[in-house]
Amino acid sequence: MRYIRPLSIEDAVGELAKAVGPAAILAGGSDLLVRMKGGFIEPELIVDIKRIDGLGDITETAEGFRIGAAVPCAVLGENKAVRKAWPGVVEAANLIGSKQVQGRCTITGNLCNASPAADSVPALVAAGAKAVVAGPSGKRTIAVETVPTGPGRTSLAKGEIIEAILLDKRPEHAGDAYLRFIPRTEMDIAVVSAGVNLTLDEHGAIKTARVALGAAAPTVLLVEEAGQVLVGSKLDEATLERLAKICSGACRPIDDKRGTIEFRRKVAGVLARRVAAIAYKRAGGK
Amino acid sequence: MAGVAVSTTINGDAVEYLCQPDETLLEVLRDRLGLTGAKEGCGTGDCGACSVIVDGRLVCSCLVLGAEAEGRKVETIEGMAHGDQLHPLQQKFLEHAALQCGVCTPGFLIAAKDLLEKNPSPTEEEIRFGLAGNLCRCTGYDKIVRAVQDAANVMKGA
Repeated sequence: MRYIRPLSIEDAVGELAKAVGPAAILAGGSDLLVRMKGGFIEPELIVDIKRIDGLGDITETAEGFRIGAAVPCAVLGENKAVRKAWPGVVEAANLIGSKQVQGRCTITGNLCNASPAADSVPALVAAGAKAVVAGPSGKRTIAVETVPTGPGRTSLAKGEIIEAILLDKRPEHAGDAYLRFIPRTEMDIAVVSAGVNLTLDEHGAIKTARVALGAAAPTVLLVEEAGQVLVGSKLDEATLERLAKICSGACRPIDDKRGTIEFRRKVAGVLARRVAAIAYKRAGGK
Repeated sequence: MAGVAVSTTINGDAVEYLCQPDETLLEVLRDRLGLTGAKEGCGTGDCGACSVIVDGRLVCSCLVLGAEAEGRKVETIEGMAHGDQLHPLQQKFLEHAALQCGVCTPGFLIAAKDLLEKNPSPTEEEIRFGLAGNLCRCTGYDKIVRAVQDAANVMKGA
């Protein structure tokens, strides 16, 4: 096995592209090292991306925020500007693991690990976040929901690295939120989760809405119909009821030790309602 | 596997070592450098017994590669006391009997030190959340929480 620490994204991409045998990208390592120890992956090459210029930075641009792939979630949580603009994304990112894990884990890693139960991913999908992908044939920007294709699988090709996550600048009257159900209060994996992102018009009616569910299907789900049902409403009871029904119906969950199909369907609807209400309030709706 | 040459700083001292690319920082500390304060509980980042601080961030050293420490500043439990002078947290853990077998204690002390440096007056709830990444299988958490509260008071007065 070889460990390398390239200083440029081009070098990192080049090394990954020419790698013979399994290669892994190392940012926080909170998934990678556990998988290596468990024997689930035996990389012949580890590319540590933390010394690449800009990958450890959060930058505010005219379009919004650029969160480098190596920014630990603890650092994201300490960034007041991101927290103010995207509280749902930050609260989701800060739910991952303990203080110790927060010091290392990244939202890009959470996305690329492609767990259906990844906490930050439903919030990022609801937020309409984009991923900047660097690869052998240049760079492209894609919607985050197109990255995971199944548990542990992504759409990234050989040699490709996500170098940053982009979040839009917020208009006025906008809010997002994330909640998960776990049987304890801390340090657990979502049984089911939901992220909602709303913008309101000047009268408090919902103008745009995106709803995403976690741990409810092989990948995090963007439930477009659930977003559509919210548009034009002020979150009256009938709308919330329809939202819950659509979300429960959109689930394709599994039975496992953490929850049954029936439970996950039910709770997906309940969480969607609660999260929509929090996002609405954060957007200034009454 | 080719060894990786690493230059780093541990508890203020410049340290150089050679390690394997898949060797964790915890293994380097314990097996190559003889710093056996950090313990391996789970080896998967769940128990916090291997907690150290790297460049001001609390991390599990079992989830860090030894090679990653190049050019970083690592703080371990061995650097917590000044000679014979115990850190207030260490003193209060003794006074409150906040340990039994002691395997989790170095991790708790490092995590509590990090917590108090970032938040000198934590509430009980903040202490419990802040130390949620550290597991204890014998003492229970009440004595540990009380020791941290007491240490926080002493450190504020200092």
